[in-house]
Amino acid sequence: MTESPEARAKREISITVNGKPETVQVYAMERLLDVLRHELGLTGTKEGCGEGECGSCSVLIDGVLVNSCLIPVLQAQGAKIVTIEGLASNGHLQALQQCFLDCGGAQCGICTPGMILAAHHLLSNNPQPTLEEIREGLSGNLCRCTGYTQILEAVAEAARREAAT
Amino acid sequence: MKNAPIVGTSVPRMEGRDKVTGHAHYVDDMVLPGMLYGTTVRSRIARGKIERIAFGTGIDWNTFVIVGPRDIPGKNCIALIEDDQPCLADGMVNHPEEALLLLAHPDRHLVPKAVEAISVEYHPLPAIFTMEESEAQSQIIWGRDNTFKSYRIEKGDVDAVWQSADHIVEGEYTTGAQEQLYIENNGMIAAFDPHKGLTVWGSLQCPYYVHKALMKLLGLSADRVRVVQMETGGAFGGKEEYPSMIAAHAALLAMKAGKPVKIIYDRMEDMAATTKRHPSRTRHRTGVSKDGKILGGEIDFTLDGGAYKTLSPVVLSRGAIHAGGPYYWPSVQIRAKAVATNAPPHGAFRGFGAPQSLFALERHMDRIAQVVGLSPVEIRRRNLLKPGQTTTTGQTVEEQIDLGKLLDRALELSDYSAKKEQFAKANQQCARKKGMGIAAFLHGAGFTGSGERFLGSLVGVEASADGSLRILVSSTEFGQGTNTVLCQIAAEALGLRYLDMGIAQPDTDQVPNSGPTVASRTVMVVGKLVESAALGIKETLAASGMLGDSYSPEEFRSACLGYVRKHGKLRSLVQYQQPDDIVWDEEKYHGSAYAAFAWAVYIAEVSVDLTTYQVTVDDFVALQEIGRVLHPVLARGQIIGGVAQGIGFALYEKVIWEQGRMQNGQMTNYIMPTCADLPSIRVYFEELGNIHGAYGAKGIGELPMDGPAPAIVNAVEDALHVPFHAIPLLPEDIFAALSESAAPESAATSARGKE
Ligand code: FES
Ligand code: FES
Repeated sequence: MTESPEARAKREISITVNGKPETVQVYAMERLLDVLRHELGLTGTKEGCGEGECGSCSVLIDGVLVNSCLIPVLQAQGAKIVTIEGLASNGHLQALQQCFLDCGGAQCGICTPGMILAAHHLLSNNPQPTLEEIREGLSGNLCRCTGYTQILEAVAEAARREAAT
Repeated sequence: MKNAPIVGTSVPRMEGRDKVTGHAHYVDDMVLPGMLYGTTVRSRIARGKIERIAFGTGIDWNTFVIVGPRDIPGKNCIALIEDDQPCLADGMVNHPEEALLLLAHPDRHLVPKAVEAISVEYHPLPAIFTMEESEAQSQIIWGRDNTFKSYRIEKGDVDAVWQSADHIVEGEYTTGAQEQLYIENNGMIAAFDPHKGLTVWGSLQCPYYVHKALMKLLGLSADRVRVVQMETGGAFGGKEEYPSMIAAHAALLAMKAGKPVKIIYDRMEDMAATTKRHPSRTRHRTGVSKDGKILGGEIDFTLDGGAYKTLSPVVLSRGAIHAGGPYYWPSVQIRAKAVATNAPPHGAFRGFGAPQSLFALERHMDRIAQVVGLSPVEIRRRNLLKPGQTTTTGQTVEEQIDLGKLLDRALELSDYSAKKEQFAKANQQCARKKGMGIAAFLHGAGFTGSGERFLGSLVGVEASADGSLRILVSSTEFGQGTNTVLCQIAAEALGLRYLDMGIAQPDTDQVPNSGPTVASRTVMVVGKLVESAALGIKETLAASGMLGDSYSPEEFRSACLGYVRKHGKLRSLVQYQQPDDIVWDEEKYHGSAYAAFAWAVYIAEVSVDLTTYQVTVDDFVALQEIGRVLHPVLARGQIIGGVAQGIGFALYEKVIWEQGRMQNGQMTNYIMPTCADLPSIRVYFEELGNIHGAYGAKGIGELPMDGPAPAIVNAVEDALHVPFHAIPLLPEDIFAALSESAAPESAATSARGKE
């Protein structure tokens, strides 16, 4: 375990979240997950395990997919962060989000933000993944409800719709 | 005007948009002004007297709110079936992780430090950890004989069978505890207002269970307790009874603090302290004729209930009733009991006892097949229930279901015969052994016997001030699709559009008690009531002359609006009435156990790698008859999700116990399947229709949990020719069994052929 969050005084951290610059006063060792949820009110990022196993807390830091429960906020100083709240624009769902809806990719919804970010990350790097590549790309995200099939189908369908446009 | 049908189509999930945008509101997403963070100090030992609780140095205890058993205004219990489980242990602990003390503080960072600074001295007492120890009664830890409940189901004269049987086949089968592992941990917020009373918001399945428990604990009247369900991130039974405990803790802290209190469990606390699937042991002794007909049998079904009664009697009942499976038993004696051990109470988990007893039965059927010299297919075919025959409780199969045909279709879909032959040949050369396994099973929908009559569920539909309609039920959404399917049903009943319907957030101040969201009852039982309540609105409007025979959605809405303006409100309430043909004798455990059964045949194709001893499921066919499929995407999602949990139950998920305490309460060491571990799960439906459910639907949620484990373990035996009797079946178990397999007969089963 790292040193406890309040071991040092609070300090100022600047990050850009979903395109918006933010400055927060936090303990340096505070988890990025908690800063997003508690300080910035971005509660779309979820905690499932707090130890890097489930992927519910997935966000993008400078385009890299990370588990925000493992990242001390200090490490994100100056970075550009994307959370689930940053995907739909002006109330318009991304194709990927729409496909999760259409294909049954979200049941209880708690894993969904993390799944969608992981899938979004996969599709940005590999717009036409094979089923195996989708499996691989999402294997760090746990879902207890769906048995994954409809999630994989949602991602494949999103890739198909993107290609068709 | 008649709109296109809604039932049977895959409309978008009601709350789906919020879920894919991150706007769905779960309890941990909610913050109230001045809110404190609460936590629970728990027992570290399994059984003993609490001698002293010491508050260590380095913590400013004056800034903490501290609650002990003396702070409980009403009865110190979590009211459920019996009031034996305390809310906070008072002087005596009966299992590890039992709640002793509660703390709350405004700074969430300080809370874990305070817990660490508390030390508890105990006078330990001898504890028991297995069903066998409990039965031996070396220590009496509950009641007079450590038995929470026992049942006996009797049909025909079993004693007469042993004489005439050509074969008597015996076997013992066990299943382990399984964690529900919803991805959202448990959590609750409570706030107390001296004028209005108590409100709790939480992740939960059954608002009125929590309501009942809080009234008793706090000595508050019904109108002073309000329970609101937040979006719930998975439940699977795991949020059926334990949320009452957390709500109780949050409420006690909030009342003492005079401020709102939030309690959110972390993963380890959730795994170690809350309920899991009951471990089970089933013993079969079956008399069979030489042509493979079951003549009769004895089934002893035992569950480990943990330290308190909680829901064990009901889980036991369902397990016992399902123990005979989808087969015809001319005679049978099922003896079931749930016993106490010093572990945290086991509880509800999808399937509710049936996955345990059906695992045993479907393994045993393969065993019988071997003894008689028939194939697994043939032994099942010869014993499957037919219309007009009776189940073990004497319930006549009224439906025109042809289970033989269901079996044939599953065989065909899985290419069973060709593959079995092919694997038998290929296995001789290969270090990767392949096999095929079958499970045939059933699952009863709704509460058992007279349960639905006692519940007397109430359902409402009302028109809001703007003329829109909303459904009023305490039935909760936690991923299964409750909101969506109930809105489909109401819209269909009224000939409106799906999006014309809304559904109220489950809030005991707003919605009537439509019963708990359990037992695969929501679509079949509550759905039917929603249909009637919706029609009630239409009748009222028609009777008032505000609505003609045919109408557009807009006309319907303005009729509602007109009615509300004139009369103040428009609400239709309907209560459950048990159909006359459901007759149940609770004393004898005889009669119509369920209003409907769903039927299924599942086939697993597996391979076992003889270098790693890992089993992989390569293909999985799930064929079921669930009545009418109201929403194909959701129904398929329920089946695939259930099968995935069943695969976890069979091959991955092992709770490691040490002195009654779970040792592997993390996702790193309690392993559930990832998407890389699962095969494509192929889902097929037969639709027969069911007279009791809304639009012919039966229950679906629990069924898919029952079949995967026996189908997979049967397939492993087919691959290796070594029998396995226990799950979870991990690589080390396979390694051990293969090392021993030189022995001619395993100790766990024996069979005797008679000439
Ligand atoms: S909460 Fe971060 S990986 Fe599970
Ligand atoms: S939808 Fe519930 S955990 Fe994935």
